[in-house]
Amino acid sequence: MLNPRKIKKDFPIFKYQPDLVYLDSAATSLKPKVVLEKIEEYYQRYCANVFRGIYKISERATEEYEKTRDKVANFIGARETKEIIFTRNTTESINLLAYTLGQKVISKGDEILVSIMEHHSNFVPWQQLAKNKGVQFKILDIDEEGKLKIWELKNLISKRTKILALTFVSNVLGTINPIKKIIKMAKELNPKLITIVDAAQAVGHFPINVQDLGCDFLVFSSHKILGPTGVGVLWGKREILENLPPFNFGGEMVEKVTIKKTIFKELPHRFEAGTPNVADVIGFQAALDYLSKIGFKEIKEHDNNLTSFGLQLLKEKFQNKIKVLGPENPKDKIGIISFNLLKAHPHDVSQILDRDQICIRAGHHCALPLHQRLKLTASCRASFYIYNQREDIEKLVLGLEKIVKFLKI
Amino acid sequence: MEDPLYKELILFHWKNPQNYGKLKNPDKVSFARNLACGDEIKMEVKIKTKKIKEIKFSGKGCIISQASASLLTEYLKGKDISEVKKIDKDFVLKLLGIQLGPTRLKCALLALEAIRRLILTKNGVS
Repeated sequence: MLNPRKIKKDFPIFKYQPDLVYLDSAATSLKPKVVLEKIEEYYQRYCANVFRGIYKISERATEEYEKTRDKVANFIGARETKEIIFTRNTTESINLLAYTLGQKVISKGDEILVSIMEHHSNFVPWQQLAKNKGVQFKILDIDEEGKLKIWELKNLISKRTKILALTFVSNVLGTINPIKKIIKMAKELNPKLITIVDAAQAVGHFPINVQDLGCDFLVFSSHKILGPTGVGVLWGKREILENLPPFNFGGEMVEKVTIKKTIFKELPHRFEAGTPNVADVIGFQAALDYLSKIGFKEIKEHDNNLTSFGLQLLKEKFQNKIKVLGPENPKDKIGIISFNLLKAHPHDVSQILDRDQICIRAGHHCALPLHQRLKLTASCRASFYIYNQREDIEKLVLGLEKIVKFLKI
Repeated sequence: MEDPLYKELILFHWKNPQNYGKLKNPDKVSFARNLACGDEIKMEVKIKTKKIKEIKFSGKGCIISQASASLLTEYLKGKDISEVKKIDKDFVLKLLGIQLGPTRLKCALLALEAIRRLILTKNGVS
């Protein structure tokens, strides 16, 4: 079983902030020392640009950079390493797809389908693409528990539906969507449909295999799974990626440039123009190694334990003074618990919790359409990861009890 | 020890908001919203001989936004409408008696935004 007390020792932030109760991993995860050391090692020992130099340190930099690409490919079960493209973050990955698919695949009268629980990064690019191209923008709704109304797919997907973009896990509700099942249903309704999975919240919490899921594209960020900020991943099936036009133009993505024309490189470099975020891509490697050492069986078990404990304790201590969002069964979600303390505004809750070093998020969590659907303006969100213990949840509950007393609500 | 933000004055005005409610025939009405967090304030005013005869606010939001509205409307009641121009961010913070970071500052200034719209624009804003 995962031992969070032991794991905390691997995270330097707890040395500087020993009383930190960090419950905002859904926003960004904390970083283990090995990741920081890997980044520093690059800058200190072989700081060179990639792909260009023939000298030793440049070759080493290139090797390490490409090694991360290999590891990411393995991590998600990609068939070929060249199907992995590095971007800045999940948002950029999705924008890349909206831009390139928009050019290649979308025309007036087509349809794009997303869900009401999407993060803005997997909502706005498609909404804007639909607007600019005169395309129908359709939304898959949720039920009272915060689960997708899958049965409505048959009414929403037609021969004109070109793109289905869905999140694997909701960053507000914590709901794990049955992506494999949904993609199967969707492709039966329209085999030509392109499916895109936003795995930003999913990827550090359970194993992902893109072959098994059957999706055409999958995106996520390094910083939510112990890696540094500034690194996003876009995975796509080679056959589709190969036929997409480039996103950014410039150096590193060209084979030949003359005055009259340019010939672009093959995958993956076609989509990686300019000097990449070398140091952080290399640092990301260490995050993946660290996760592999722990293993997903342990991570899932830990996640589930904390989620069950959190849901149960909140219900027990606050009953109808609190409204918890999302599925009630901890098996249907990952370690994300969003809630509202009735009569207390999320801003005030998170402000007062901060007095006790408790970090939660308050607001709409970049999911305004979802909040509108739930008739809420904002909510509080506590999210857990491998360095969280039961005591963190107990401290959260104590903090909330203090608020109820202090504000007399 | 008192909380640096949620002082007695602030909590009092949140629990007992002064000038909360609606006017029968307001001369002007305005709204201000912070969509990021759901704070919203509606301001209504009755003006006589360039003075704020009556002012009321309604709406919902965080403690800071509600306390700010209560304190500001209390201050402005009966005053000349020219006083509104003199009120700035520092005045509001002094009135509240607290320091605020950039995120919560928006909460504190929401009432001022509504009041400015009310007094300084032609028809208020719907």
